Amino acid sequence: MTNVALDIAHLLAGGLVLVSFMMLYQDRLFALLNTFALHALVLSMSVAWQAYIQGADHLYITAGIALVFKAIVIPVALHRMIVRLGVHRDIETVVGVSQTMVAGMMLVALSIALMFKVASDADPLAREDLAFALSVVLLGLLVMVTRRNAVSQIVGFMSLENGLVLAATGAKGMPLVVEISVAFSVLIAFIVIGVFLFRIRERFDSVDVGALDEYRGERE
Amino acid sequence: MNAYGFDAVAAVLIIPAAAAAILASLPGYRLSSRLNMLASLLTFAAALSLFGAPRPAPGDYLFIDDLNIVFIVLNTFVGFTTSVFSAGYIGHELETGRLTPARLRFYHAMYQVMMLGMNLALVANNIGLMWVAIETATLSTVVMVGLYLTAEALEAAWKYFILGSVGIALALFGTILVYMAAQPVVGEGMSAMVLTRLMDRAAELDPALLSVAFVFLMLGYGTKVGLAPLHAWLPDAHAEGPTPISAVLSGLLLNVALYAVLRFKLLMAANHATTSPGPLMVGLGLLSLIFAAFMLYRRRDIKRLFAYSSIEHMGIIVFAFGMGGPLANFAGLLHMAMHSLTKSAIFYTVGLISQIKGTQRIADIRGLTETNPALGWGLVIGVAAIAGLPPFGIFMSEFLIVTSTFARAPAIAVVFVLGLITAFGALMLRLSEMAFGEASPGAGKTQASYLPFIVHFGLVLAAGIFLPKPIVEWFQHVAQMLG
Repeated sequence: MTNVALDIAHLLAGGLVLVSFMMLYQDRLFALLNTFALHALVLSMSVAWQAYIQGADHLYITAGIALVFKAIVIPVALHRMIVRLGVHRDIETVVGVSQTMVAGMMLVALSIALMFKVASDADPLAREDLAFALSVVLLGLLVMVTRRNAVSQIVGFMSLENGLVLAATGAKGMPLVVEISVAFSVLIAFIVIGVFLFRIRERFDSVDVGALDEYRGERE
Repeated sequence: MNAYGFDAVAAVLIIPAAAAAILASLPGYRLSSRLNMLASLLTFAAALSLFGAPRPAPGDYLFIDDLNIVFIVLNTFVGFTTSVFSAGYIGHELETGRLTPARLRFYHAMYQVMMLGMNLALVANNIGLMWVAIETATLSTVVMVGLYLTAEALEAAWKYFILGSVGIALALFGTILVYMAAQPVVGEGMSAMVLTRLMDRAAELDPALLSVAFVFLMLGYGTKVGLAPLHAWLPDAHAEGPTPISAVLSGLLLNVALYAVLRFKLLMAANHATTSPGPLMVGLGLLSLIFAAFMLYRRRDIKRLFAYSSIEHMGIIVFAFGMGGPLANFAGLLHMAMHSLTKSAIFYTVGLISQIKGTQRIADIRGLTETNPALGWGLVIGVAAIAGLPPFGIFMSEFLIVTSTFARAPAIAVVFVLGLITAFGALMLRLSEMAFGEASPGAGKTQASYLPFIVHFGLVLAAGIFLPKPIVEWFQHVAQMLG
């Protein structure tokens, strides 16, 4: 494998981590969605590159799913939903941008330190890919934890899942990758349709998940 | 390789799949509930026949060994009794108008999809397939938890969905790491995901990668097991969904997720060089036990009460497997089986009680032994069994866990016993309110059968008094396997 091929793979995977960071400080839903579309675009480029250097044609399907479904269909659908639900003006309460960014940096440092130590004899492409992928997964979790809004939790989950796809494509010759990315797309479609069908907004007058706590059945 | 043996494995999967397809197209509640029962009975019969049939050689996707056969039989048995209970329960819900026929259209189909997912996860010889199967089972239960479409049910389904998805995502990351550890040794492609091949060459796998993988798998599947602090979905999902679903969630789905954890623990144990999975499991188990024991005191909803009790018992089981050794493993397996039977039976009684009293609020359920002796005493027996009183099966498994822990780590055993006693106190407190005292008025009748819970309690009692020798030997053998 040439160094250039390795460098481009790193560039793309690193780009994904960078876009994950950009998500952390978006305080408008539309901006968050646009950032996510960019995230999915970078992912599909990264997967396509892996497909090219590994000579694994089936990964092009995964790249295609990322491009069409995650970069276009889902953001457009969520965009419409936000308008319908009338929450597009909502500014989200993020747990202080600076604290979130610091936490994000610590997570990335943690995952790189962990993966380099653990997978020291794996081949460098797989190892560094894994480190980036774990960073994206953890940053996705961080987005989910720091947001209280149902739509942005979905976005956080999807970025987490992008990290998983990155990890799966980096693992050379891993079977079922395409099937798993399809299964995840179904899962996400379920979530999006669920929020829309069950009209969380209408029933709770808010897509703020914090409001759901009122219905616990524990309070008298 | 015997064709008959393979057929039984296939039948455990094909029957629910075919039934789901048929049920999805069948209108009418009566017919589909009967078909649901029939399909569950057939699946159970197929699972039983696995005992007699010679085992086929493990394939790339499916296999049967001593560990999973126990779980399959238990799974299909509780699946069948729950389908019997469900028929009467849902019939009552239709009569009272809490559910409409239109909404029930896919209920039975989903039930069979869930059984398919769980059975597939249990017979899977492929870590990728196992993951897909558990995701399928999760998705189908999410739909059923939200069945009532009330605000509470939707919140529960949403929470379950999001937390379950995160757990599933973490488990997938762990699965990918296992593949990465296996790929240089076993070779690229599908064979690096086949459990039996991984086990054969476990000693050569990279121990560091495997250890990290186990942490992710433990947290991921642990979310589905309902371990604290990842348990938040569990009480809501149990309380707001229909009661038959609470019974299968507690009795089966938690077990299936735990089975996945055990499989990977086996892989770790076969490697020798990895960090021991014990401390992590003991820690999470103990945390769940203590946390749930204290949470039991503040419950006002009867189904939530027993949901927290499920967290407690899952904690106990994970703790037992974390301690390891033949005795603790034996106790863990026994506890798993006993908890499955007891907890699903408790949910059957609770379902009937809440239908008769028309409420799930503990404060409105009083003097059950007076108004409905059969149900009241059923609840008393169930709570006595689940709280670990002799002569029930759970007493025996808890006793074994406590004694084996005292011999090896007295300090931990003290904490463990404290947790047990705390939970015991909470359950007794609530039970005395509900079973005895001045009777509260009942709202109506129920048409669901009492038979399922009577059979379950009978089995648990029998197991506590006398466990037949073949079963003991079987459990001992599996406990040896678990290391």
